[in-house]
Amino acid sequence: MINKEMPLLMDQSKKGRKAIKLPELGVEKSELPNSKFLRKDISLPEVGQLDLIRYFTNLSSLNYSIDTNFYPLGSCTMKYNPKINEQIASMPGFAASHPNQNDEKVQGNLRLMFELQEELGEITGLPGVSLAPLAGAQGEYAGLLIAREYHKKNNQNNRNIALIPDSAHGTNPASASMAGLQAVTIKTTNEGDIDLDDLKDKVNENVCVLMLTLPSTLGLFEPNILEITKVIHDNGGLVYADGANLNALLGVTKFGDLGIDICHSNLHKTFSTPHGGGGPGSGPVMVAKYLESFLPYPHIKKEGNEYKQYKPENTVGRLNGFYGSFGILVRAYAYIRSLGKAGLKEISESAIINANYIQEKLKNDYKLTSSRYCMHETVLSASQQKEDGVKAIDIAKKLLDEGFHAPTMYFPLIVDEALMIEPTESESKETIDRFIDAMIMISELSKSNPKEIIDAPVNLPVERLDEAQAARNPVLIWAKK
Amino acid sequence: MSAVPENLKYSEDHEWVKIEDNVAIIGITMHAAESLGDIVYIDVDSLGKDLKQFEKFGEIESVKAVSDLFVPVSGKVVEINEELTNNPEYVNEDCYEKGWIIKLEVENSNDLEKLLGSSDYEKII
Repeated sequence: MINKEMPLLMDQSKKGRKAIKLPELGVEKSELPNSKFLRKDISLPEVGQLDLIRYFTNLSSLNYSIDTNFYPLGSCTMKYNPKINEQIASMPGFAASHPNQNDEKVQGNLRLMFELQEELGEITGLPGVSLAPLAGAQGEYAGLLIAREYHKKNNQNNRNIALIPDSAHGTNPASASMAGLQAVTIKTTNEGDIDLDDLKDKVNENVCVLMLTLPSTLGLFEPNILEITKVIHDNGGLVYADGANLNALLGVTKFGDLGIDICHSNLHKTFSTPHGGGGPGSGPVMVAKYLESFLPYPHIKKEGNEYKQYKPENTVGRLNGFYGSFGILVRAYAYIRSLGKAGLKEISESAIINANYIQEKLKNDYKLTSSRYCMHETVLSASQQKEDGVKAIDIAKKLLDEGFHAPTMYFPLIVDEALMIEPTESESKETIDRFIDAMIMISELSKSNPKEIIDAPVNLPVERLDEAQAARNPVLIWAKK
Repeated sequence: MSAVPENLKYSEDHEWVKIEDNVAIIGITMHAAESLGDIVYIDVDSLGKDLKQFEKFGEIESVKAVSDLFVPVSGKVVEINEELTNNPEYVNEDCYEKGWIIKLEVENSNDLEKLLGSSDYEKII
């Protein structure tokens, strides 16, 4: 049961109450020295142990996660994280090894990393793999550094432009800027495909790389991908694929076969490692054979029966300490190995079928951005509901009341009142049907009683928060009422 | 307040401009304010700078997104609406009067020819 009136710990404080009795001091008491960093006027809560335990236990029960409910957060691939991955990652040989151990003492760990490199290379068709990047954005950054260094090596220092479609994730232009490149926007069509004429207009001898997302951020496969990669290559540029949506492509197609030179993959999306507060991310970068010597180090190679760390010849350098998120790599490896080739293909097929099932069931109630089949996610627009005063954010809040996590809203930016829904392959038909029923109910309610949606949520510990006020006048420190 | 007042000129980036004695008063349109949602912060770092037409003069942040602001005409930024520092909601409540963002000394009045009239602007929103 959720107690809406649960007071903050600070408000429960009663002078002199203690949660634990400390033993007598074994040393003489001494006064605190004078220092501007030591203050006596800080309020600290004083509560009994039971009140303290109840406070945090009740708070913990408010956590929402993939282990509690459906989480259709588009573009984030909130799939189930199989528990066997956790068991394997906590085996002492993995969990208790130290990154400073010599290579010969951790052959098993290096072998796992080497084999994961091989698997990711096979899955994406880009055989040069570095597991070092700690998140998707760092994978992007590494990929762009590789592209930049490749051109430098070929005496083409002038290539400093990253072409990026206007439907891209915000990290793409940010990574380009971090890598010292200038982002130039490419228009997309209403369905999120790259506008070929605009691409041909903007491609020139200064283009370093085109960054695209495949499937696009509208959840659609780019029909002109082969022509796009050819246009860029004919002008001497490279093509980078943002692997955020790789969950649609496992065993279906490979980036390498489509003319893509570099990509990254978010292990915390496609390969089921914990996501969103549940664990660190991991964003390996994959490159075509001819770019392998530019990979970040340490890179793992096999010599005879021995696994070794080494520094590729033209490396862009080290991205962080040690090897990346090793515990996460173990989980992704366990996932890939337990599914195998056929299982991975089924993952993508089921993810695509689930998304299309939702799209088909909701197409009469919400405006579709495209009449095409979607891939692993569908982008709906609440533009019809907006006419009754109900916006995407209101629908999202009402879904919270119905026990679902909200879809991604207002992204991609090119879609009015966007609701981006990604069910993933993990969910049963019954769960997906319950979500569809809730979405249809909300659409009908938007006509009969829009106020009920605009007032949502009412069943949660807090009701609609005033985000504007919170941003304009943030209260960051507790103060006595 | 009309959604698109007739006496103003508009850029395709959804800024409006009103010229008074060679001074351009600039803000964002009601369509822009509604699309952005509740405005929480306006950051103008171009006071005293000479800007070219359609050059960036600052950023506007809403609960949904951060967007660049562009000057619809060339000139020198001479004043910033300081009221907006504490009351960014003026942009949502009254974008054409209390919610103006900057004033600029117009360099070349021919710039206005590249802008849209109210009926043309209405067509693109």
